[in-house]
Amino acid sequence: MTRRSETLLALAGAVLILVLAYAVPWLRFVLTIALAKGLAVLGILLLLRAGQVSFGHALYLALAAYTVAFGAVVVPEALLLLPAAALLAGVVGLLIGLFVVRYREIFFGMLNLALSMVFYSVLEKFYALTHGADGIRLPPVTVLGRPLAGESGEWTVLGMALVLALVCGALVRVALASPLGEALAGIKTRETRLDFMGVSPKRVLLAAYVASAVMAGLAGAIIALTTRHVTPALSYWTTSGELVFIAILGGAGSVIGPFLGAAAYELTRVYAAATFANAWQLVLGLVLLGVIVFAPGGIWGMITSRRRAA
Amino acid sequence: MAGTGRAGNVTRREALIGASAAAGSLMLPGGHAWAQGAKPAELKVGIATYLSGPASVFGVPGRQTAEMLFDEINAAGGIAGIKVRPIFVDEGPGVDHVVGEYRRLVQSEGVHLIFAAISSADCIACAPLADELKRPTLLWDCGTQRIFEDNRYGYAFRTQANATPEILSALLYLLKVKPDFKSIAVINQDYAWGRDSWDIFRTAMNTLKPGVKVSAELFPRFGATDFSTEITRVLALRPDVVLSTSWGGDLDALIRQASDRKLFERATFVMPLAESSLQRVGKALPAGHIVGARGDHWFLHPSPADPERLKRFSDTYKAKYNAWPIYPCFHMAQAVSAMKAGIEKAVAAKSGGWPTDAELAAAFKGLEFPSPTASVRIREDGQGLENQLIGTTLHSEKYPFPVLTDMIVFPAESVTTPVGQKSADWLKTLTPDMVANLPQAQAFKS
Repeated sequence: MTRRSETLLALAGAVLILVLAYAVPWLRFVLTIALAKGLAVLGILLLLRAGQVSFGHALYLALAAYTVAFGAVVVPEALLLLPAAALLAGVVGLLIGLFVVRYREIFFGMLNLALSMVFYSVLEKFYALTHGADGIRLPPVTVLGRPLAGESGEWTVLGMALVLALVCGALVRVALASPLGEALAGIKTRETRLDFMGVSPKRVLLAAYVASAVMAGLAGAIIALTTRHVTPALSYWTTSGELVFIAILGGAGSVIGPFLGAAAYELTRVYAAATFANAWQLVLGLVLLGVIVFAPGGIWGMITSRRRAA
Repeated sequence: MAGTGRAGNVTRREALIGASAAAGSLMLPGGHAWAQGAKPAELKVGIATYLSGPASVFGVPGRQTAEMLFDEINAAGGIAGIKVRPIFVDEGPGVDHVVGEYRRLVQSEGVHLIFAAISSADCIACAPLADELKRPTLLWDCGTQRIFEDNRYGYAFRTQANATPEILSALLYLLKVKPDFKSIAVINQDYAWGRDSWDIFRTAMNTLKPGVKVSAELFPRFGATDFSTEITRVLALRPDVVLSTSWGGDLDALIRQASDRKLFERATFVMPLAESSLQRVGKALPAGHIVGARGDHWFLHPSPADPERLKRFSDTYKAKYNAWPIYPCFHMAQAVSAMKAGIEKAVAAKSGGWPTDAELAAAFKGLEFPSPTASVRIREDGQGLENQLIGTTLHSEKYPFPVLTDMIVFPAESVTTPVGQKSADWLKTLTPDMVANLPQAQAFKS
């Protein structure tokens, strides 16, 4: 798919989201969460390009969410909290990245998983600070001095998520087409070749890892600003698994895939839960199984294979 | 994972049809619940409860009770002549999901009232939403005392007690029946409730009986199935009392394993939530241990306000679901009763006209409504005042599980943190004459 049609598709998607959010008020919340998760999955996509699957990116999601929750007590300004949370996620991502990029495949995935579960335990155990599983309620937050609450607050956070999604999507699109992106693909096919070319695969993977941590951080901050309540469940392994799942569901072929996947996942979940309160997990599972069996390229793969056939 | 799936061609059309059908149904009438002040054709009630996960041992009986009572109300002509309909949502997936579902219930389903929730985290997240979306919300089962001690809400009310009276009355009972215990060990689930409840118990114990030795503080993982380490430790340390505020599968496993290893013979157990496990563990739990029920909930309550009402409630539930009702059933019954009383009060205040959301919410403040065993009053801060019942296990031939004897019913006011005070501070002001002034214990009557 050409760059132009991809851009058009992304803009059309953004308009569709705004229209849906306007027509169906309660979907604003669901779509904001979907955009946030799409952002985090965008980071996963970068790592997938290098053939690495992280089962621990919920760590950065939760880290940023708790940064917002604690930070809001001191500085209740969303436009400061958001970059601060992403920055912290990036710094921690750099420190952890220095260590985990030495490993590949299952070891890479499991180390990430282990570290996110360590963070989960920290949140649970430092009970006096974090209130454990009950979580923390965000104090009132402002945007440019105006309170972030009510309907205007919902629109503001949705707007921020949408802008971030478009900007990050564009950046990742550029990065994937750049030498860095090619080097990432090189890690997947044959890493030694990169060494021979004088490119350090570790450094390449580290750059991607830090970028993915920052995007997961942005996602976590958006989620915290949307739900306004953070719990350790954000860093539990199932959250990481969900992100990887959305990546597969959406398809790894394009930067639009993660957002398609996140929207499909969240809408399916909400719709299934609304229709079958008792058996919604079963419905969700069957739908997702169907996508995997009949469209191994994910939703994005369905769109592109259709175009190729046409 | 590259997009090579030819199968995509085949399913795309179907997928699109499915997706548009889904989108269509999602976009069904949204907007406001009902024109303010106009009488609705049907009263919709959103109920958040656990339908999946470990806490479904509480959530499913809660849902069953709601279905049973909503049917009863409808059979009797509804509330103020309007039929009621419950819409259940699952708390299983966590706070994010519940918050999204809360918005959907209000903005898409147009529910008039919400019952939320079992999880304290869900309640903490939903109470501010109630004020934001201006939808009267009854917190029907969650325990944390933080909600109304840290904040005030205009639309959220709790139709039962909270962790402080539930844990304090178990301690008072222990001090009454075993006043000379010297040491205690705690085995609680490692999550907010396990930590919070031990905090309350310890703070009150240090005030009322300073100098008790805490032999061990054990916090096995939430959802643990093997307690051999903890039991071995406690067997070795030989404390006089073992406290466990665990529930569900964790408590069942702990009771069975402690029973197998004769720990119950060496220490008195205090289990403030064990009423909900009695029918599952059966007589593996020996006689002589202290059991609570998060309120005055016991199908064999020794002195119910209306014995006929309790009997009808318990018998109907037993006939329908083949088990005696446990505390979440009673909590749900209280929420349903509060809803009925609140709406009737608001309708009466408008001399028959239908109240707005704000008027309905205002009706819950200071509302007194009947529970299956007594009555509950909602204080001005939104907290419910509910009596507490604690008893000692007894094996009776009439039931295949332990029943309670030497039951003490604690009047709600005496064990609940006063309005405007924080539990942690109030518990430090308790005096030992509190134990001396306890009501008389009542024995099991077969």
